Amino acid sequence: MNKLVIENLSLQYADGTESLSNINMDIAKNAITVLFGPAGGGKSTLLRCINRLNDLTDVETMSGRIMMDGEDILNPATDTIALRRKVGMVFARPVVLPMSIRKNLTYGLELAGEKRKSKLEEAVERSLKLAAIWDEVKDRLEEPAIALSGGQQQRICLARSLAQQPEVILLDEPTSGLDPISTGKVEAALQELKKDYTIILVPHSVQQAARTADYAAFFLQGELVEYGNGDELFTNPQEQRTEDYVTGRFG
Amino acid sequence: MDKDLNWREFIITRAIKASGYSAIVFVALIFIFLLREGLPTLGEVDLSTLFSVRWYPIEDYFGILPLITGSLIVTLGAALVAIPFGIGTAVYISEIAPRAVREVLKPLVELLGGLPSVVLGFLGILVLSPWLRTTFDLPTGLTAFTGSLLLAAIAVPTIVSVAEDALDTVPRSYREAAWAIGATHWQTIWRVTLPAARSGVMTGIMLGIGRAIGETMAVMMVTGNAPVMAIRPGSLFEPARTMTATIAAEMGEVASGSVHYHTLFFIGIVLFLISLAVNVAASSVIFRSKKRSERILS
Ligand SMILES: Nc1ncnc2c1ncn2[C@@H]1O[C@H](COP(=O)(O)OP(=O)(O)OP(=O)(O)O)[C@@H](O)[C@H]1O
Ligand SMILES: [Mg+2]
Repeated sequence: MNKLVIENLSLQYADGTESLSNINMDIAKNAITVLFGPAGGGKSTLLRCINRLNDLTDVETMSGRIMMDGEDILNPATDTIALRRKVGMVFARPVVLPMSIRKNLTYGLELAGEKRKSKLEEAVERSLKLAAIWDEVKDRLEEPAIALSGGQQQRICLARSLAQQPEVILLDEPTSGLDPISTGKVEAALQELKKDYTIILVPHSVQQAARTADYAAFFLQGELVEYGNGDELFTNPQEQRTEDYVTGRFG
Repeated sequence: MDKDLNWREFIITRAIKASGYSAIVFVALIFIFLLREGLPTLGEVDLSTLFSVRWYPIEDYFGILPLITGSLIVTLGAALVAIPFGIGTAVYISEIAPRAVREVLKPLVELLGGLPSVVLGFLGILVLSPWLRTTFDLPTGLTAFTGSLLLAAIAVPTIVSVAEDALDTVPRSYREAAWAIGATHWQTIWRVTLPAARSGVMTGIMLGIGRAIGETMAVMMVTGNAPVMAIRPGSLFEPARTMTATIAAEMGEVASGSVHYHTLFFIGIVLFLISLAVNVAASSVIFRSKKRSERILS
Protein backbone atom coordinates (compact mmCIF):
# COMPACT_ATOMS: atom_id res chain seq x y z
CA MET A 1 0.00 0.00 0.00
CA ASN A 2 1.48 3.37 -0.96
CA LYS A 3 1.00 6.34 1.28
CA LEU A 4 2.84 8.81 -0.91
CA VAL A 5 3.45 8.89 -4.61
CA ILE A 6 6.06 11.35 -5.83
CA GLU A 7 5.85 12.10 -9.54
CA ASN A 8 8.42 14.01 -11.60
CA LEU A 9 9.40 16.23 -8.72
CA SER A 10 12.02 18.85 -9.57
CA LEU A 11 13.09 21.75 -7.43
CA GLN A 12 15.46 24.65 -7.85
CA TYR A 13 16.51 27.09 -5.15
CA ALA A 14 16.85 30.79 -5.84
CA ASP A 15 20.62 30.49 -6.19
CA GLY A 16 20.09 28.26 -9.22
CA THR A 17 21.12 24.91 -7.76
CA GLU A 18 18.97 22.07 -9.00
CA SER A 19 18.39 20.30 -5.71
CA LEU A 20 15.95 17.69 -6.93
CA SER A 21 15.69 16.58 -10.50
CA ASN A 22 12.80 14.54 -11.72
CA ILE A 23 12.24 12.34 -8.70
CA ASN A 24 9.76 9.47 -8.95
CA MET A 25 9.13 7.43 -5.82
CA ASP A 26 6.34 5.41 -4.23
CA ILE A 27 6.52 5.45 -0.46
CA ALA A 28 4.92 2.57 1.38
CA LYS A 29 2.66 2.71 4.37
CA ASN A 30 3.75 1.09 7.63
CA ALA A 31 7.38 0.89 6.63
CA ILE A 32 10.59 2.80 7.12
CA THR A 33 11.81 4.38 3.90
CA VAL A 34 15.37 5.60 4.14
CA LEU A 35 16.79 8.43 2.03
CA PHE A 36 20.57 8.36 2.05
CA GLY A 37 23.55 9.66 0.15
CA PRO A 38 26.32 12.23 0.43
CA ALA A 39 25.82 15.83 1.62
CA GLY A 40 23.90 18.12 -0.69
CA GLY A 41 22.03 15.26 -2.33
CA GLY A 42 18.63 16.80 -1.77
CA LYS A 43 17.38 14.53 1.01
CA SER A 44 16.37 17.31 3.36
CA THR A 45 14.91 19.22 0.45
CA LEU A 46 12.65 16.29 -0.40
CA LEU A 47 11.49 15.93 3.22
CA ARG A 48 10.71 19.62 3.37
CA CYS A 49 8.58 19.31 0.26
CA ILE A 50 6.46 16.65 1.88
CA ASN A 51 5.35 18.93 4.71
CA ARG A 52 5.58 22.07 2.58
CA LEU A 53 8.17 23.64 4.88
CA ASN A 54 9.95 24.73 1.72
CA ASP A 55 7.15 27.21 1.13
CA LEU A 56 8.99 29.41 3.58
CA THR A 57 12.39 29.36 1.90
CA ASP A 58 13.46 30.88 -1.35
CA VAL A 59 12.51 28.18 -3.79
CA GLU A 60 12.79 29.34 -7.39
CA THR A 61 10.89 26.70 -9.29
CA MET A 62 9.14 23.51 -8.32
CA SER A 63 7.34 21.13 -10.61
CA GLY A 64 5.79 17.70 -10.32
CA ARG A 65 3.36 16.24 -7.86
CA ILE A 66 3.36 14.57 -4.46
CA MET A 67 0.19 12.55 -4.04
CA MET A 68 -0.86 11.68 -0.52
CA ASP A 69 -3.90 9.44 -0.30
CA GLY A 70 -4.76 10.52 -3.82
CA GLU A 71 -4.47 14.26 -3.34
CA ASP A 72 -1.67 16.49 -4.60
CA ILE A 73 -0.18 18.15 -1.54
CA LEU A 74 1.88 20.54 -3.67
CA ASN A 75 -1.32 22.10 -4.91
CA PRO A 76 -1.30 25.77 -3.84
CA ALA A 77 -4.81 25.29 -2.46
CA THR A 78 -3.65 22.68 0.05
CA ASP A 79 -4.21 23.71 3.67
CA THR A 80 -0.58 23.59 4.80
CA ILE A 81 -1.47 23.89 8.48
CA ALA A 82 -3.66 20.79 8.31
CA LEU A 83 -1.04 19.04 6.20
CA ARG A 84 1.67 19.68 8.77
CA ARG A 85 -0.52 18.14 11.45
CA LYS A 86 -0.73 14.99 9.38
CA VAL A 87 2.96 15.01 8.45
CA GLY A 88 5.19 15.38 11.51
CA MET A 89 8.86 16.27 11.28
CA VAL A 90 11.88 15.79 13.50
CA PHE A 91 14.98 17.83 12.70
CA ALA A 92 18.65 16.99 12.96
CA ARG A 93 19.24 19.38 15.80
CA PRO A 94 16.55 19.02 18.43
CA VAL A 95 14.61 22.22 18.83
CA VAL A 96 12.48 22.21 21.93
CA LEU A 97 10.11 25.13 22.15
CA PRO A 98 10.71 27.64 24.94
CA MET A 99 8.07 26.06 27.19
CA SER A 100 7.73 23.27 29.75
CA ILE A 101 8.12 19.65 28.71
CA ARG A 102 4.39 19.07 28.97
CA LYS A 103 3.59 22.20 27.01
CA ASN A 104 5.99 21.16 24.26
CA LEU A 105 3.88 18.09 23.74
CA THR A 106 0.44 19.61 24.07
CA TYR A 107 1.11 22.83 22.18
CA GLY A 108 0.45 21.40 18.73
CA LEU A 109 -2.77 19.79 19.91
CA GLU A 110 -3.94 22.98 21.54
CA LEU A 111 -3.29 24.82 18.29
CA ALA A 112 -5.43 22.24 16.59
CA GLY A 113 -8.23 23.12 19.00
CA GLU A 114 -8.00 20.29 21.53
CA LYS A 115 -9.07 21.64 24.94
CA ARG A 116 -10.04 18.55 26.91
CA LYS A 117 -7.56 17.98 29.75
CA SER A 118 -7.96 14.23 29.69
CA LYS A 119 -7.16 14.02 25.98
CA LEU A 120 -4.08 16.16 26.42
CA GLU A 121 -2.90 14.12 29.41
CA GLU A 122 -3.39 10.95 27.48
CA ALA A 123 -1.46 12.28 24.47
CA VAL A 124 1.45 13.33 26.68
CA GLU A 125 1.82 9.92 28.24
CA ARG A 126 1.23 7.96 25.07
CA SER A 127 3.69 9.93 22.95
CA LEU A 128 6.39 10.02 25.61
CA LYS A 129 6.14 6.25 25.98
CA LEU A 130 6.31 5.75 22.22
CA ALA A 131 9.41 7.90 22.03
CA ALA A 132 10.99 5.85 24.84
CA ILE A 133 11.47 8.76 27.19
CA TRP A 134 8.50 8.50 29.57
CA ASP A 135 10.49 7.01 32.45
CA GLU A 136 13.11 9.71 32.25
CA VAL A 137 10.78 12.70 32.35
CA LYS A 138 7.51 11.61 33.92
CA ASP A 139 8.32 13.31 37.24
CA ARG A 140 9.51 16.57 35.74
CA LEU A 141 6.94 17.46 33.13
CA GLU A 142 6.64 21.05 34.35
CA GLU A 143 10.34 21.81 33.95
CA PRO A 144 11.50 23.76 30.90
CA ALA A 145 12.29 21.33 28.12
CA ILE A 146 15.56 23.10 27.44
CA ALA A 147 16.92 21.69 30.70
CA LEU A 148 17.05 18.18 29.23
CA SER A 149 20.11 16.63 27.64
CA GLY A 150 20.47 16.69 23.86
CA GLY A 151 19.47 13.04 23.52
CA GLN A 152 16.42 13.57 25.69
CA GLN A 153 15.47 16.70 23.77
CA GLN A 154 15.61 14.77 20.53
CA ARG A 155 13.19 12.18 21.87
CA ILE A 156 10.97 14.99 23.17
CA CYS A 157 10.88 16.34 19.62
CA LEU A 158 9.95 12.91 18.34
CA ALA A 159 7.24 12.68 21.01
CA ARG A 160 6.05 16.15 20.08
CA SER A 161 5.33 15.12 16.53
CA LEU A 162 3.81 11.83 17.70
CA ALA A 163 1.46 13.65 20.07
CA GLN A 164 -0.41 14.98 17.07
CA GLN A 165 -1.03 11.45 15.83
CA PRO A 166 0.32 12.22 12.38
CA GLU A 167 0.08 9.79 9.52
CA VAL A 168 3.57 10.35 8.19
CA ILE A 169 6.71 11.07 10.20
CA LEU A 170 9.71 12.73 8.56
CA LEU A 171 13.00 12.37 10.38
CA ASP A 172 16.03 14.32 9.21
CA GLU A 173 19.14 12.78 10.78
CA PRO A 174 17.32 12.46 14.10
CA THR A 175 20.23 10.77 15.84
CA SER A 176 23.15 12.78 14.50
CA GLY A 177 23.87 14.33 17.89
CA LEU A 178 23.11 11.30 20.02
CA ASP A 179 25.24 8.74 21.80
CA PRO A 180 24.93 5.09 20.73
CA ILE A 181 22.56 4.21 23.56
CA SER A 182 20.10 7.01 22.79
CA THR A 183 20.44 6.20 19.10
CA GLY A 184 19.52 2.61 19.87
CA LYS A 185 16.47 3.77 21.79
CA VAL A 186 15.29 5.97 18.95
CA GLU A 187 15.83 3.25 16.36
CA ALA A 188 13.95 0.74 18.49
CA ALA A 189 11.12 3.24 18.90
CA LEU A 190 10.95 3.67 15.12
CA GLN A 191 10.62 -0.05 14.60
CA GLU A 192 7.62 0.00 16.93
CA LEU A 193 6.16 3.11 15.33
CA LYS A 194 6.17 1.83 11.79
CA LYS A 195 3.28 -0.47 12.70
CA ASP A 196 1.04 2.59 12.78
CA TYR A 197 2.85 5.23 10.76
CA THR A 198 4.57 5.88 7.49
CA ILE A 199 8.16 6.75 8.33
CA ILE A 200 10.66 8.51 6.10
CA LEU A 201 14.11 8.67 7.61
CA VAL A 202 17.31 10.39 6.56
CA PRO A 203 19.92 8.44 8.54
CA HIS A 204 23.19 9.91 9.66
CA SER A 205 25.29 7.02 8.42
CA VAL A 206 25.19 4.20 5.91
CA GLN A 207 25.23 1.75 8.80
CA GLN A 208 22.12 3.25 10.24
CA ALA A 209 20.53 3.20 6.81
CA ALA A 210 21.24 -0.49 6.46
CA ARG A 211 20.03 -1.23 10.01
CA THR A 212 16.70 0.52 9.72
CA ALA A 213 15.63 0.47 6.08
CA ASP A 214 12.66 -1.43 4.79
CA TYR A 215 13.09 0.52 1.58
CA ALA A 216 16.09 2.62 0.68
CA ALA A 217 16.66 5.42 -1.81
CA PHE A 218 20.12 6.62 -2.78
CA PHE A 219 20.36 10.32 -3.65
CA LEU A 220 23.28 11.91 -5.41
CA GLN A 221 23.30 15.61 -6.28
CA GLY A 222 19.57 15.88 -6.64
CA GLU A 223 19.17 12.66 -8.55
CA LEU A 224 17.49 9.50 -7.30
CA VAL A 225 20.08 6.96 -8.37
CA GLU A 226 18.55 3.80 -7.01
CA TYR A 227 15.50 2.89 -5.01
CA GLY A 228 14.40 -0.46 -3.76
CA ASN A 229 14.06 -2.99 -1.03
CA GLY A 230 16.49 -2.22 1.80
CA ASP A 231 18.08 -5.65 2.11
CA GLU A 232 18.72 -5.94 -1.61
CA LEU A 233 19.96 -2.43 -2.12
CA PHE A 234 22.61 -2.73 0.55
CA THR A 235 23.76 -6.26 -0.26
CA ASN A 236 23.36 -6.27 -4.00
CA PRO A 237 23.10 -2.78 -5.48
CA GLN A 238 22.28 -2.54 -9.17
CA GLU A 239 24.09 0.74 -9.84
CA GLN A 240 27.85 1.14 -9.68
CA ARG A 241 27.51 4.52 -7.97
CA THR A 242 25.35 3.04 -5.22
CA GLU A 243 27.79 0.21 -4.68
CA ASP A 244 30.73 2.60 -4.44
CA TYR A 245 28.94 4.66 -1.83
CA VAL A 246 27.60 1.76 0.20
CA THR A 247 30.97 0.04 0.32
CA GLY A 248 32.64 3.29 1.25
CA ARG A 249 34.65 3.78 -1.91
CA PHE A 250 33.56 7.38 -2.32
CA GLY A 251 31.64 10.12 -0.58
CA MET B 1 60.34 38.50 26.84
CA ASP B 2 58.25 36.56 29.33
CA LYS B 3 58.59 39.32 31.85
CA ASP B 4 57.58 41.82 29.22
CA LEU B 5 54.39 39.91 28.53
CA ASN B 6 53.60 39.72 32.22
CA TRP B 7 53.93 43.46 32.51
CA ARG B 8 51.64 44.05 29.60
CA GLU B 9 49.06 41.68 31.07
CA PHE B 10 49.36 43.46 34.38
CA ILE B 11 48.88 46.91 32.93
CA ILE B 12 46.01 45.93 30.68
CA THR B 13 44.18 44.14 33.49
CA ARG B 14 44.64 47.11 35.73
CA ALA B 15 43.46 49.56 33.09
CA ILE B 16 40.31 47.55 32.40
CA LYS B 17 39.64 47.19 36.10
CA ALA B 18 40.11 50.90 36.64
CA SER B 19 37.70 51.85 33.91
CA GLY B 20 35.18 49.36 35.27
CA TYR B 21 35.44 50.71 38.79
CA SER B 22 35.39 54.31 37.62
CA ALA B 23 31.84 53.86 36.35
CA ILE B 24 30.78 52.85 39.84
CA VAL B 25 32.76 55.69 41.40
CA PHE B 26 31.14 58.28 39.15
CA VAL B 27 27.65 57.09 39.91
CA ALA B 28 28.47 57.09 43.61
CA LEU B 29 29.89 60.62 43.41
CA ILE B 30 26.84 61.90 41.59
CA PHE B 31 24.59 60.29 44.15
CA ILE B 32 26.59 61.77 47.03
CA PHE B 33 26.41 65.20 45.43
CA LEU B 34 22.65 64.84 44.97
CA LEU B 35 22.25 63.82 48.60
CA ARG B 36 24.37 66.70 49.85
CA GLU B 37 22.45 69.30 47.91
CA GLY B 38 19.02 67.73 48.24
CA LEU B 39 18.73 66.34 51.74
CA PRO B 40 18.91 69.69 53.58
CA THR B 41 15.46 70.40 52.24
CA LEU B 42 14.10 67.87 54.71
CA GLY B 43 15.21 70.16 57.54
CA GLU B 44 14.00 73.32 55.85
CA VAL B 45 10.60 72.32 54.56
CA ASP B 46 7.92 70.53 56.59
CA LEU B 47 7.29 67.04 55.36
CA SER B 48 3.60 67.87 55.20
CA THR B 49 4.42 70.79 52.90
CA LEU B 50 6.85 68.75 50.82
CA PHE B 51 4.30 66.06 50.14
CA SER B 52 1.41 68.42 49.60
CA VAL B 53 -0.28 69.13 46.32
CA ARG B 54 0.77 72.70 45.73
CA TRP B 55 3.99 73.66 43.93
CA TYR B 56 4.44 77.40 43.98
CA PRO B 57 8.01 78.10 45.14
CA ILE B 58 7.70 81.90 45.03
CA GLU B 59 5.29 81.73 47.94
CA ASP B 60 7.13 78.88 49.62
CA TYR B 61 4.75 76.13 48.56
CA PHE B 62 7.05 73.21 47.86
CA GLY B 63 4.62 70.34 47.32
CA ILE B 64 6.25 67.88 44.95
CA LEU B 65 3.35 65.46 44.57
CA PRO B 66 1.95 67.14 41.43
CA LEU B 67 5.37 66.86 39.81
CA ILE B 68 5.67 63.18 40.70
CA THR B 69 2.20 62.38 39.42
CA GLY B 70 2.88 64.51 36.35
CA SER B 71 5.99 62.48 35.56
CA LEU B 72 4.21 59.21 36.25
CA ILE B 73 1.21 59.93 34.07
CA VAL B 74 3.30 61.19 31.17
CA THR B 75 5.65 58.21 31.37
CA LEU B 76 2.85 55.72 31.86
CA GLY B 77 1.01 57.11 28.87
CA ALA B 78 4.21 56.92 26.86
CA ALA B 79 4.77 53.30 27.89
CA LEU B 80 1.22 52.35 26.97
CA VAL B 81 1.74 53.74 23.50
CA ALA B 82 5.37 52.83 22.96
CA ILE B 83 5.45 49.20 24.12
CA PRO B 84 2.78 47.74 21.83
CA PHE B 85 3.76 49.97 18.98
CA GLY B 86 7.47 49.26 19.40
CA ILE B 87 7.07 45.51 19.69
CA GLY B 88 4.62 45.49 16.82
CA THR B 89 7.05 47.34 14.60
CA ALA B 90 9.92 45.08 15.62
CA VAL B 91 7.85 41.99 14.86
CA TYR B 92 6.78 43.42 11.53
CA ILE B 93 10.33 44.26 10.49
CA SER B 94 11.87 41.00 11.58
CA GLU B 95 9.10 38.47 10.91
CA ILE B 96 6.66 39.77 8.35
CA ALA B 97 8.12 42.46 6.09
CA PRO B 98 9.56 41.35 2.75
CA ARG B 99 13.29 41.76 2.54
CA ALA B 100 13.18 44.97 0.50
CA VAL B 101 10.86 46.69 2.95
CA ARG B 102 13.00 45.58 5.87
CA GLU B 103 16.08 47.02 4.25
CA VAL B 104 14.39 50.42 4.09
CA LEU B 105 12.66 50.34 7.46
CA LYS B 106 15.62 49.38 9.60
CA PRO B 107 17.84 52.37 8.83
CA LEU B 108 14.78 54.62 8.94
CA VAL B 109 14.03 53.58 12.49
CA GLU B 110 17.63 54.16 13.50
CA LEU B 111 17.44 57.58 11.91
CA LEU B 112 14.33 58.37 13.91
CA GLY B 113 16.23 57.37 17.03
CA GLY B 114 18.91 59.91 16.21
CA LEU B 115 16.54 62.88 15.98
CA PRO B 116 17.30 65.45 18.70
CA SER B 117 14.34 65.61 21.06
CA VAL B 118 14.10 69.37 20.59
CA VAL B 119 13.15 68.77 17.00
CA LEU B 120 10.43 66.40 18.13
CA GLY B 121 9.29 68.97 20.67
CA PHE B 122 9.06 71.51 17.89
CA LEU B 123 6.88 69.22 15.84
CA GLY B 124 4.87 68.61 18.98
CA ILE B 125 4.12 72.27 19.44
CA LEU B 126 3.48 73.10 15.81
CA VAL B 127 1.68 70.01 14.57
CA LEU B 128 0.68 67.55 17.26
CA SER B 129 -0.78 69.86 19.87
CA PRO B 130 -3.01 71.91 17.52
CA TRP B 131 -4.19 68.66 16.00
CA LEU B 132 -5.03 67.17 19.40
CA ARG B 133 -6.80 70.36 20.46
CA THR B 134 -9.11 70.37 17.48
CA THR B 135 -9.75 66.62 17.20
CA PHE B 136 -10.46 66.05 20.90
CA ASP B 137 -11.95 69.51 21.39
CA LEU B 138 -9.66 70.39 24.29
CA PRO B 139 -9.10 73.85 25.77
CA THR B 140 -5.40 73.44 25.08
CA GLY B 141 -3.31 71.02 23.07
CA LEU B 142 -0.46 71.23 25.55
CA THR B 143 -1.33 68.26 27.74
CA ALA B 144 0.20 65.27 29.46
CA PHE B 145 -1.02 63.15 26.56
CA THR B 146 0.86 65.29 24.05
CA GLY B 147 3.97 64.69 26.14
CA SER B 148 3.23 60.97 26.25
CA LEU B 149 3.00 60.76 22.49
CA LEU B 150 6.29 62.58 22.06
CA LEU B 151 8.00 60.43 24.65
CA ALA B 152 6.62 57.37 22.90
CA ALA B 153 8.15 58.65 19.67
CA ILE B 154 11.44 58.93 21.50
CA ALA B 155 11.20 55.48 23.10
CA VAL B 156 9.94 53.55 20.07
CA PRO B 157 13.12 53.59 17.95
CA THR B 158 15.14 52.23 20.88
CA ILE B 159 12.57 49.52 21.60
CA VAL B 160 12.33 48.61 17.94
CA SER B 161 16.01 48.34 17.22
CA VAL B 162 16.88 46.36 20.34
CA ALA B 163 13.83 44.08 20.12
CA GLU B 164 14.35 43.54 16.41
CA ASP B 165 17.93 42.45 17.01
CA ALA B 166 16.71 40.02 19.65
CA LEU B 167 14.07 38.56 17.33
CA ASP B 168 16.64 38.29 14.60
CA THR B 169 18.92 36.11 16.71
CA VAL B 170 16.19 33.53 17.36
CA PRO B 171 17.39 30.64 15.22
CA ARG B 172 15.38 29.84 12.14
CA SER B 173 15.07 26.28 13.40
CA TYR B 174 12.80 27.47 16.23
CA ARG B 175 10.32 28.86 13.76
CA GLU B 176 10.53 25.78 11.57
CA ALA B 177 9.87 23.56 14.57
CA ALA B 178 6.69 25.50 15.30
CA TRP B 179 5.58 25.52 11.67
CA ALA B 180 6.21 21.80 11.47
CA ILE B 181 3.65 21.10 14.18
CA GLY B 182 1.05 23.16 12.40
CA ALA B 183 1.41 26.57 13.99
CA THR B 184 0.39 29.52 11.86
CA HIS B 185 2.76 32.37 11.21
CA TRP B 186 1.09 34.46 13.89
CA GLN B 187 1.02 31.65 16.48
CA THR B 188 4.69 31.04 15.84
CA ILE B 189 5.51 34.69 16.45
CA TRP B 190 3.40 34.98 19.57
CA ARG B 191 4.18 31.70 21.29
CA VAL B 192 7.66 30.81 20.08
CA THR B 193 9.67 33.63 18.57
CA LEU B 194 8.73 36.38 21.02
CA PRO B 195 9.15 34.19 24.13
CA ALA B 196 12.49 32.98 22.83
CA ALA B 197 13.60 36.59 22.40
CA ARG B 198 12.03 37.64 25.67
CA SER B 199 15.04 38.96 27.52
CA GLY B 200 16.20 41.01 24.54
CA VAL B 201 12.74 42.45 24.03
CA MET B 202 12.52 43.32 27.74
CA THR B 203 15.87 45.04 27.56
CA GLY B 204 14.63 47.07 24.61
CA ILE B 205 11.55 48.13 26.54
CA MET B 206 13.67 49.08 29.57
CA LEU B 207 16.10 51.11 27.52
CA GLY B 208 13.30 52.82 25.64
CA ILE B 209 11.28 53.70 28.73
CA GLY B 210 14.50 54.66 30.47
CA ARG B 211 15.13 57.20 27.75
CA ALA B 212 11.58 58.46 28.10
CA ILE B 213 11.75 58.90 31.89
CA GLY B 214 14.87 61.00 31.68
CA GLU B 215 13.73 63.04 28.71
CA THR B 216 13.24 66.70 29.50
CA MET B 217 13.29 69.01 26.54
CA ALA B 218 10.43 67.71 24.43
CA VAL B 219 8.23 67.22 27.46
CA MET B 220 8.85 70.71 28.73
CA MET B 221 7.81 72.10 25.38
CA VAL B 222 4.47 70.37 25.04
CA THR B 223 2.97 69.45 28.40
CA GLY B 224 1.82 72.93 29.36
CA ASN B 225 3.89 72.86 32.58
CA ALA B 226 1.03 73.31 35.01
CA PRO B 227 1.88 71.66 38.33
CA VAL B 228 -1.52 70.15 39.04
CA MET B 229 -2.30 66.77 40.53
CA ALA B 230 -2.79 64.19 37.84
CA ILE B 231 -4.88 61.57 39.55
CA ARG B 232 -8.04 61.29 37.50
CA PRO B 233 -8.08 59.43 34.19
CA GLY B 234 -9.02 62.70 32.51
CA SER B 235 -5.80 64.25 33.77
CA LEU B 236 -4.10 62.73 30.78
CA PHE B 237 -5.76 65.36 28.63
CA GLU B 238 -4.89 68.27 30.88
CA PRO B 239 -1.64 70.15 31.24
CA ALA B 240 0.90 68.56 33.54
CA ARG B 241 4.41 69.20 34.70
CA THR B 242 7.11 66.59 35.12
CA MET B 243 9.97 66.45 37.58
CA THR B 244 12.61 66.77 34.90
CA ALA B 245 10.93 69.77 33.32
CA THR B 246 10.66 71.47 36.69
CA ILE B 247 14.34 71.04 37.43
CA ALA B 248 15.35 72.19 33.98
CA ALA B 249 13.08 75.22 33.96
CA GLU B 250 13.76 76.48 37.47
CA MET B 251 17.33 75.54 38.22
CA GLY B 252 18.65 78.49 36.26
CA GLU B 253 16.85 81.08 38.31
CA VAL B 254 17.23 79.93 41.92
CA ALA B 255 19.76 81.29 44.36
CA SER B 256 22.33 78.62 45.10
CA GLY B 257 21.80 77.28 48.63
CA SER B 258 18.24 78.51 48.97
CA VAL B 259 15.34 76.34 50.06
CA HIS B 260 14.05 76.23 46.50
CA TYR B 261 17.49 75.13 45.30
CA HIS B 262 17.66 72.32 47.81
CA THR B 263 14.16 71.20 46.93
CA LEU B 264 15.02 70.95 43.25
CA PHE B 265 17.89 68.66 44.16
CA PHE B 266 15.54 66.69 46.35
CA ILE B 267 13.35 66.17 43.29
CA GLY B 268 16.49 64.90 41.59
CA ILE B 269 16.91 62.34 44.38
CA VAL B 270 13.32 61.19 43.97
CA LEU B 271 13.82 60.86 40.23
CA PHE B 272 16.99 58.88 40.79
CA LEU B 273 15.24 56.52 43.19
CA ILE B 274 12.31 56.01 40.83
CA SER B 275 14.46 55.07 37.88
CA LEU B 276 16.57 52.85 40.14
CA ALA B 277 13.41 51.09 41.31
CA VAL B 278 12.16 50.63 37.76
CA ASN B 279 15.48 49.17 36.68
CA VAL B 280 15.76 46.81 39.62
CA ALA B 281 12.17 45.66 39.17
CA ALA B 282 12.66 45.06 35.47
CA SER B 283 15.90 43.18 35.78
CA SER B 284 14.52 40.99 38.55
CA VAL B 285 11.55 40.13 36.37
CA ILE B 286 13.89 39.17 33.54
CA PHE B 287 16.14 37.29 35.92
CA ARG B 288 13.44 35.39 37.74
CA SER B 289 11.59 34.30 34.66
CA LYS B 290 14.72 32.63 33.41
CA LYS B 291 15.35 29.30 35.03
CA ARG B 292 18.83 28.26 36.01
CA SER B 293 19.30 25.95 33.07
CA GLU B 294 18.16 28.59 30.62
CA ARG B 295 20.71 31.00 31.98
CA ILE B 296 23.43 28.45 31.52
CA LEU B 297 22.38 27.72 27.98
CA SER B 298 21.74 31.22 26.81
N1 LIG C 1 17.40 27.29 1.54
C1 LIG C 1 18.23 26.98 0.54
N2 LIG C 1 18.56 27.91 -0.36
C2 LIG C 1 19.40 27.61 -1.40
N3 LIG C 1 19.95 26.40 -1.60
C3 LIG C 1 19.64 25.42 -0.73
C4 LIG C 1 18.78 25.65 0.38
N4 LIG C 1 18.67 24.50 1.08
C5 LIG C 1 19.43 23.59 0.42
N5 LIG C 1 20.02 24.12 -0.66
C6 LIG C 1 20.88 23.43 -1.63
O1 LIG C 1 20.19 22.32 -2.12
C7 LIG C 1 21.04 21.20 -2.25
C8 LIG C 1 20.46 20.02 -1.50
O2 LIG C 1 20.44 20.32 -0.12
P1 LIG C 1 19.82 19.38 0.98
O3 LIG C 1 19.86 20.10 2.26
O4 LIG C 1 18.51 18.90 0.52
O5 LIG C 1 20.85 18.18 1.00
P2 LIG C 1 20.93 16.93 1.93
O6 LIG C 1 20.89 15.76 1.07
O7 LIG C 1 19.93 17.03 3.02
O8 LIG C 1 22.39 17.08 2.54
P3 LIG C 1 22.92 16.76 4.02
O9 LIG C 1 23.24 15.31 4.04
O10 LIG C 1 24.16 17.59 4.12
O11 LIG C 1 21.86 17.17 4.99
C9 LIG C 1 22.40 21.65 -1.74
O12 LIG C 1 23.20 21.93 -2.87
C10 LIG C 1 22.12 22.90 -0.98
O13 LIG C 1 23.18 23.79 -1.09
MG1 LIG D 1 20.03 17.37 5.12
